[in-house]
Amino acid sequence: MEFDTLLLSRLLTFITLAFHIIFATIGVGLPLYICLAELIGIKRKDPYFILLARRWTRGYIILVAVGVVTGTIIGLQLSLLWPSFMQKAGHLVGLPLFMETFAFFFEAIFLGIYIYTWDRFSNPIFHWLLSIPVVIGSSASAFFITTVNAFMNTPRGFTLVDGSFLNVQPLVAMFNPATPTKVAHVLTTAYLTSGFVLASITAYFLLKGKGHVYYKKALHLSMIGCLVFSIFTMLNGDFAGKYLAKYQPEKLAAAEWHFETESRAKLLLGGILDEETLEVKYGIGIPAALSILAYNSPDAEVIGLNDFPRDLWPPLYIHYFFNIMIFSGMFLAFVAVLYFVFYYVKALNSLHPWILRGIFIGGPLAMLAIESGWIMTEVGRQPWILVGLMRTGEAVTTAGQVFEMLILFTSLYFVLGLLVPVILIRLFSKKSAETEIEKRGIIL
Amino acid sequence: MSVEIIGITVLWIFLYGYLMVASIDFGAGFYSFYAKVTDKKHSIRVVIDRYLSPVWEVTNVFLVFFFVGLIGFFPDTAYYYGTALLVPGSIALVLLAIRGSFYAFANYGVRENSIYLFLYGVSGLFIPASLSIVLTISEGGFIVEEGGHVHLLFSELFSSTYSWIVVLLSIVSVLFISASFLTYYAQRAEDNDAFQLMRKATLIWSGPTILLSFLVFLTLRTHNLEHFLAMVGEFHFFALSLIFFIGAVWLIYKQRYLGTAFIFVALQYGFAFFGYGYTHLPYILYPKLTIYESITGDEMGISLIIAFISGLILLIPSLFMLFRLFIFNADYTKAQGNK
Repeated sequence: MEFDTLLLSRLLTFITLAFHIIFATIGVGLPLYICLAELIGIKRKDPYFILLARRWTRGYIILVAVGVVTGTIIGLQLSLLWPSFMQKAGHLVGLPLFMETFAFFFEAIFLGIYIYTWDRFSNPIFHWLLSIPVVIGSSASAFFITTVNAFMNTPRGFTLVDGSFLNVQPLVAMFNPATPTKVAHVLTTAYLTSGFVLASITAYFLLKGKGHVYYKKALHLSMIGCLVFSIFTMLNGDFAGKYLAKYQPEKLAAAEWHFETESRAKLLLGGILDEETLEVKYGIGIPAALSILAYNSPDAEVIGLNDFPRDLWPPLYIHYFFNIMIFSGMFLAFVAVLYFVFYYVKALNSLHPWILRGIFIGGPLAMLAIESGWIMTEVGRQPWILVGLMRTGEAVTTAGQVFEMLILFTSLYFVLGLLVPVILIRLFSKKSAETEIEKRGIIL
Repeated sequence: MSVEIIGITVLWIFLYGYLMVASIDFGAGFYSFYAKVTDKKHSIRVVIDRYLSPVWEVTNVFLVFFFVGLIGFFPDTAYYYGTALLVPGSIALVLLAIRGSFYAFANYGVRENSIYLFLYGVSGLFIPASLSIVLTISEGGFIVEEGGHVHLLFSELFSSTYSWIVVLLSIVSVLFISASFLTYYAQRAEDNDAFQLMRKATLIWSGPTILLSFLVFLTLRTHNLEHFLAMVGEFHFFALSLIFFIGAVWLIYKQRYLGTAFIFVALQYGFAFFGYGYTHLPYILYPKLTIYESITGDEMGISLIIAFISGLILLIPSLFMLFRLFIFNADYTKAQGNK
């Protein structure tokens, strides 16, 4: 019974968050592109970019609304499903949670104004200025909420006295060792993913034969973001690996199926694990690469899972998610670089169908990478809810109706998950870019 | 003032803010549905479009702010309320999700969809009902703790007269607050049909509002005598509330100073709400939890208050700007559908 509630609560939290981060990621990244498009449009007096900003905003409203409602749900679910965790850690994570709400408030106010004031100012730059608080607010809320999650991975900023957390130092709790790498990774991947989602949609239209210069400009702007942020993502992904080796070696070891502590540790790509014998089949091992990833030196010793008691091992399936994330990330960076090589080498065509196909699958793949990376990091800290301090099982609710709530919320997400794409497609096909260009009298 | 008093005051202000802005929103949803059913298509829907769409997210934040702050200041509340409210809380969340998505989907055709409009209208009445259960529970008697497990006594809750009266009062209040605001707004927008309709609605709901308020008093006496006596001791709060109520209804009846009338309604609920909250102290959950024993550490309490003040410095001008642009802007209010 006890176990059932735990499993169901984990499942419900998983489903809510898995659904939420789709919208949250785009909610963080998209405002940046909207803001850039509008600025370029105003500076260059280019109506296509203004139109682009307007159309992206329209899609953004729908996505952000679902992000807000699912975010509200997870905010409350934390207390509903994990009351003992919130009771114990509430006074440690209270500050960032509170600040996140402020950032969200800030974003909400200016988003409302931004959306409803196109054409209300005589000088368009005033309208553009309204987008800045939206960009800052959305990224700031990602920052604050990520510090909460970082705290759960490396709890700091208190002294443990008889099982209670005393002498709380809120800022130390917020800026714990996991914060820098996590925040950097969350933000850059959100910008990267949003860029690829936008580029993917545009590539789809180009592949379908729409050749208007509007699409080419849209694609190029989003691809610049993809290139810049894929570089940043790889860099801070490397930092994240070094962070893990130092602070959460069991997570890194589980993700890499690295059992024996050894130097010149190999990085494992792919493979299937026999959970009984702990033997890996079909994997490709790159000698010493894990040591380099962890400590920048091929001879460095990397701690293996066998150094930890078996009941503290994270589930070993996180290796698959880790690999999906890395492969997708590599693919995205490759496509982005390829696009720019083809763009700047005169003889080549950056709008070649194969590049467009690559960009097109890049959108969904980026989202898959977000989900996988998040699963890897969250499941990777099991069995802890507060690493080293509180087991997930101790935090779960004692209420008996979690199953019914699981059904309730799953149905809600199912309906929303169907409605959102239907409405987005209807919205954009009812009012295509071409008809809008014509209607607004933009000179071709 | 001690950290816990500042904390609970801050939270109570936010809950009051939510009560007012959300009531306008929830009531408008109901009136919008009513207008669709009775085919009075025109006016109220325009009002919702033009006023509520830009602010719905802000409304939502007031609520999130309240419960995040509550857990930050008083983490023990998470343990009791979190466990006990799994079902009512989840239902309220699903309803909020339906409403939230409505605003986003509304502009793209869903508004004309009767099923969605029905859900939107009805959720506006169910959300306050499910949220008001929290207030009922806070009076004690519905949560028991056995062997380290917290349970909510559903059957007791459902059979309690007090809890039903609180639910009814919350629904009626939503309809009353919302109508009084929309009366003012419709007049500003020079929309006479909507104005007359909303004025009538305000007057209709004023009776039940005040009747149920008295009934809440009476039933609280049998449910929680201590709190009842505290309220009697601070009777001036409730007397002022009544005076503002009479003033508001009088102005709306006379069709004059409608902005002032709405402010009177806000003050009516303000005095009642703060009087209720003040006399509820020091309990957050009677009699298990007071603000003193569940308070977070001083460091966190103080940093929360600093965060709160710096947040306000940011928020108040922004909110002011939002309201200037959409609510107290005659040109905008009058402009019809030139988005």
